[in-house]
Amino acid sequence: MSHAPSGDQHRHPHAAGDPHGDDHPHDHDHDHDHDHDHDHDRAHGSSELSEMDLRVRALESLLVEKGYVDAKALDVLIDTYESRIGPRNGARVVAKAWSDAAYRQWLLDDATAAIAELGYSGRQGEHMVALENTGRVHNIVVCTLCSCYPWSILGLPPVWYKSAPYRSRAVIDPRGVLAEFGVALPGNVELRVWDSTAEVRYLVLPRRPAGTDGWTEEQLQQLVTRDSMIGTGLPLRPDALPSAQS
Amino acid sequence: MNGVHDMGGMENFGPVIPEPDEPLFHEPWERRVFAATLAMGATGEWNLDQSRAARESLAPAHYLASGYYRIWLDGLCNLLLERGLVTSEELRDGRLREPAPRVLNVLSAGYVAAALARGSPTERPIPGPARFSFGDAIRTRTMHPASHTRLPRYCRDKPGRIVFVHGAHVFPDANAKGAGEQPQWLYTVRFEGRDLWGADTTAASVHVDCWESYLEAG
Repeated sequence: MSHAPSGDQHRHPHAAGDPHGDDHPHDHDHDHDHDHDHDHDRAHGSSELSEMDLRVRALESLLVEKGYVDAKALDVLIDTYESRIGPRNGARVVAKAWSDAAYRQWLLDDATAAIAELGYSGRQGEHMVALENTGRVHNIVVCTLCSCYPWSILGLPPVWYKSAPYRSRAVIDPRGVLAEFGVALPGNVELRVWDSTAEVRYLVLPRRPAGTDGWTEEQLQQLVTRDSMIGTGLPLRPDALPSAQS
Repeated sequence: MNGVHDMGGMENFGPVIPEPDEPLFHEPWERRVFAATLAMGATGEWNLDQSRAARESLAPAHYLASGYYRIWLDGLCNLLLERGLVTSEELRDGRLREPAPRVLNVLSAGYVAAALARGSPTERPIPGPARFSFGDAIRTRTMHPASHTRLPRYCRDKPGRIVFVHGAHVFPDANAKGAGEQPQWLYTVRFEGRDLWGADTTAASVHVDCWESYLEAG
């Protein structure tokens, strides 16, 4: 999917809270890890095993040895989300809705069934609702309480989606948040925010870009970005795809 | 619980920082925590609402300073400790000291695809007629439970309207306490931005999924 990070350059967006946070304070909740865990989840590069790696290895071997988990199942779980489930699933749904008016209507009426028709269902996508963007309405999805996200069609959420800056401000200043994604919508566009507090998961159906008449679903899929299905981005324009014919 | 996880409307966390070409995991240990959390969830020793409650119960300053997989890891360790499935000495070095109780279920590699495809639907047979229907005016209750809830602080005691009726779903406030699923009607409520925030907002409306007992007629 993408390159692996090197060194600790990605440490700031990691924190759920202050992205410029200091060392972890002593953790009063735990009696099992004090004195050993101050800053290690962001302090080391990949060239050596960090103390976080060692701590998690210890946990994993313990869970396997106790018979609670099957080590092979862990590998299958990781492989599933690294290689099989991701935003390409959602892009297929969106491109089909752009191409097929009956499917679009089904998606808006019963997203769970319409998405399942394409083979996407299950964990963190059990109950789906699709939200249609128009020239007057733009939808944006957040989970202010944790990290709820439609895994079955978008894969696992990016760090920013789970971060305090996004969770805190998306519900009060979506226009300001959109600006941080480089998205500026006309002032008369109504911004509707959806806070995922239950097991309902939301898919934004973005507007089909102009200049795509006659495009196949496969071509259209290339224009559908992950962020356009969360509402923090817009689909690519046709001229952003040098390989696509228009 | 009025914890720091309930972030809607807070300020001063800084800008959102999208990461171009973001990898799925940023450190090797994160993918192992992800998988261990899902696999332990599949044992049935706790439910989804209890794992959320465990994460929310981390010390506030630690929660705010931690990345999300670190929050998952610490929540998982606390659940394991609370249920006597591991000891703190064992977690320290990974060496088994205590015999393991049998867990309810072990997720095998061959069953992962089927388990993920099935997921964990929370819809249940309806317990009775729905109190509200599409378009109804409601008001959210004033409530501040010390335990887990899914009604954010920013939308308590606020007027809104029902825009979706979802059927009956497991009620997290009860399920997180181990008090059973106690399914209730679930609605999506539309709140006008000005009713939540006054003039200090760019949101025309904010929609929140609310269980029936969060609501009264508006």
